[in-house]
Amino acid sequence: MSIELSLILTLLIPLLAAWANMIFRNHENLRDGATFIASILLFGVVVNLLRQHAVSPDISVELLSVMPGLTITLSAEPLGLLFATIASGLWIITHIFGVGYMRGNNEEHHTRFFTSFSLAIFATMGIAFSANMFTLFIFYELLTVSTYPLVAHKQTMDAKKGARTYLGILMGTSIGFLLVAIIWTWHLTGTLDFVKGGILEGKIEGPLVAVLLALYVFGIGKAAIMPFHRWLPAAMVAPTPVSALLHAVAVVKAGVFTMLKVGIYIFGIDFLSTTGASEWLIWLASASILIASLIAMTKDNLKARLAYSTISQLSYITLGMALATSMGALGGGMHIAMHAMGKITLFMCAGSIYVATQKTKVSEMTGLGRVMPFTFIAFFIGALSIIGLPPLGGSWGKWLLIVGAADAGQQVAIAVLMISSLLNVAYLLPIVGKGFFLANPEPKPAAVGSAISPKSKIAEAPLMVVLPPVLTAIGCLLLFFYAGHIQEFLMPIVTSGK
Amino acid sequence: MFSGPLTFAGLGPHFPILQVVIPLIAAPLAVFIGVTSIAFLLAFAASIASLIISYSLLMQVIDGSIISYHIGGWAPPWGIEYRVDAANAFVLLIISAISTVVLPYAKTSIEREIRASAHTLFYACYLLCFTGLLGMVITGDAFNVFVFLEISSLSTYVLVALGAERDKRALTAAFNYLIMGTIGATFFVIGLGLLYMMTGTLNMADLGERLPALSDNRTVQTAFGFIVVGMGLKLAIYPLHLWLPNAYTYAPSAVTAFLAATATKAAIYVLMRFMFSVFAPDFTAATGALNLIILPFAVIAMFAASIIAVFQADLKKTLAYSSIAQIGYMLLGIGYFSHSGITATMIHLFNHAVTKAALFMAVGAIIYQTGTSFIPKLAGLGKQMPWTSAAIVASGLSLIGIPGTAGFISKWVLINGAFEKGWWWMAMLIVASSLIAVIYVWQVVETLYLKKPVGDVVVKEAPLSLLIPTWILVFASIYFGLDTELTLSSARAAADALLGAAPLAAGAGS
Repeated sequence: MSIELSLILTLLIPLLAAWANMIFRNHENLRDGATFIASILLFGVVVNLLRQHAVSPDISVELLSVMPGLTITLSAEPLGLLFATIASGLWIITHIFGVGYMRGNNEEHHTRFFTSFSLAIFATMGIAFSANMFTLFIFYELLTVSTYPLVAHKQTMDAKKGARTYLGILMGTSIGFLLVAIIWTWHLTGTLDFVKGGILEGKIEGPLVAVLLALYVFGIGKAAIMPFHRWLPAAMVAPTPVSALLHAVAVVKAGVFTMLKVGIYIFGIDFLSTTGASEWLIWLASASILIASLIAMTKDNLKARLAYSTISQLSYITLGMALATSMGALGGGMHIAMHAMGKITLFMCAGSIYVATQKTKVSEMTGLGRVMPFTFIAFFIGALSIIGLPPLGGSWGKWLLIVGAADAGQQVAIAVLMISSLLNVAYLLPIVGKGFFLANPEPKPAAVGSAISPKSKIAEAPLMVVLPPVLTAIGCLLLFFYAGHIQEFLMPIVTSGK
Repeated sequence: MFSGPLTFAGLGPHFPILQVVIPLIAAPLAVFIGVTSIAFLLAFAASIASLIISYSLLMQVIDGSIISYHIGGWAPPWGIEYRVDAANAFVLLIISAISTVVLPYAKTSIEREIRASAHTLFYACYLLCFTGLLGMVITGDAFNVFVFLEISSLSTYVLVALGAERDKRALTAAFNYLIMGTIGATFFVIGLGLLYMMTGTLNMADLGERLPALSDNRTVQTAFGFIVVGMGLKLAIYPLHLWLPNAYTYAPSAVTAFLAATATKAAIYVLMRFMFSVFAPDFTAATGALNLIILPFAVIAMFAASIIAVFQADLKKTLAYSSIAQIGYMLLGIGYFSHSGITATMIHLFNHAVTKAALFMAVGAIIYQTGTSFIPKLAGLGKQMPWTSAAIVASGLSLIGIPGTAGFISKWVLINGAFEKGWWWMAMLIVASSLIAVIYVWQVVETLYLKKPVGDVVVKEAPLSLLIPTWILVFASIYFGLDTELTLSSARAAADALLGAAPLAAGAGS
């Protein structure tokens, strides 16, 4: 299979999955089976691309020429490949989880749900493989629109309100700032291609560089940098599979991925570093990291707590770009993978708890660990990875970021990363601790828990719901040992200059 | 007159006049024949012929050449001249393409909105309106513009009033439009009178040659004012827009779709033609009309009309106010007073025509099935009328300017034009105002998809005869967001044609 064909297939497969969802809307098993096959195929194609890329990089496919110089073009580069691998691999797992969750919870509108989900994956693949900012922007907006029905899924007042905030902030920032930034860049340089070393050097100078960077940073609302983070907690009204794959992996990672792309391929690390245009962003990202962590501590709703934790972790990656050192950028890229694996574990555990007990609040979860040991152990591992303890993947991302901060001479950033780790401990581990070591305060079994005594017997959620987080927890462990490969793989994005 | 053999190719040289004459003749024929179905076929055939003619005209002039057609063989400036260049050929194509799509839609749509006995009259008025719009665009004679303006206006009043079958308020809307439209036409003709007094000619090219020498003349300046205000009424520049919301809201669905896509567009073309070809660009810039009138009012329209649109309860009225806001974008392009500004205006003429016509047609399909376009009553229609609702969402996204749609291309060119002038703040204003469009479009999306239907009335999907034309335009609004070969090159050629070889005075617009 040629690279060109593989690139096109990465878009075509999820699109066909969406179509198959609509065709088989009256045959549940056929519909969900088709998506499952599509997810495996997609992962296969992406892995295949990964292999081919090593042989012959720098191949691109032009799909459409919208205006002279503005094309919809796909190409594979390390950062995008990493993102696509993570997203497509986790799609398989999340799909299994999603089917179990939607059926276990008796949610409605399955077809709309899975169709939108496949479309969101389509948009994610488009973002990962876009060869220029214009293509990226198109898929970026498509991702917003296709995830909107997922957020509004329950159609309650809350869901509608949440979805409105979601759409309002994401579309508001992307049209209000990002589009302006893109057209400005186009006006300055006459190109929007992602080029190693950036395209802006010599085209813009002085304080305007910082202004343009600000337009990009705030325009990429999906990276959830404060003060444009509100959409992420609002999106938590969505069913948990959505929060897991989209709002811990695909959508938010699309945001920080775009951020890294802009930093590395539009501005260029060296250009940012010599102009110092990203200095202010270090402070903003640091503030975002700490404030979001502090807010997370106050949240009793588990998904809300995880959402704020995500906001904080996303700013790690933004920080990596803002540091304007190659180690920082590498750390940012690495953290995309590490955080994805850890956070999706946590979300799927939250979903598993919800399916089994209908509980959403941390305070209600005391003693649950003994009832749902697999879920809670997976949660524990995921939490440790997020905190950044070896031997789990999360430690490497943080390590490289700290090295990057040291290279940049930003002691403050190092301190922030350290403090943030402690805060992570403070808001994640008590959940596990309470789950295992405190007794369940409820004297009688809950209605859903039926006749099983909550103290002694194990009452896990259905297998299709429990297995996925266990798998990703193992993934966190494996990533620790393969981090070297990932770093080596990402190296080309920061070396070999223009 | 017909010198060549009467073959299709032989008719080629006469395309400019045929463009206008075919629908003009079809109009009375429709009444004489008096059979609805034949009247429709006649109108449809005339419309298709116009489409073919306008496309072939555009292909002839897109390289920058000019076709000058002398009616009756009388050479200008004595005789009437039809003058086709890239600018008006592009507008002709928009008008005849929209008409060709709207007509089959109208056939079904008017069955429930207009009484059967008036159907032939509807087609006649429609054709006259069509003729008038084509005429005012194609002609190279200033007074001829006025004649065709009146032909289109008078027939429009009737078309709007035909909405009275559904809602009696159509009568007051038509009357309002009649008053305002007549004032506008009067202003316009006074302006022409003053020009004729000073120059002794009504041929536009001729005027263009003689006026520069008179640029300090008070009468000429006054004429300019009268003409801008007169056309401003017709195209609904912000404070002169009062006739538009009600006329669009209460007119029959097909009429609204046609008018929204074509009438204001023709008027904008005429305004540009007068500003840049009849009066010299330098003269127009020197009067301050661009900086003091067009630009500020364009920005006000972008915001005020968008905000008003958010608070409308009737979807047709929301879209009508949105049209006023969109006209603001087109005027903004004129106000840039640059090549890329005019390009933005021209491309938005096209993209907005397609998008807004699709929207109005989708709303018309809802009216056809439910009898109302009152937003709260549309709750839950997303399930019951999936194709119609999807059409509203898709063209709504184009209205907002989401990438991958025609609306995005307009916005791109317009914002790029702002950066070219160094007006980064204008770029911010443009995107800020288009965010308001997100609000009013999304209100509708929420109502259609996320609200439970009121009552338990079962609503069926609209018939294919309404859906197919609507979706043709929806696809067009996506297609022209991905392939801008035709639109962008035509718009650029149009901008070349309008600004001519005359270099723009440096800094005149800033």
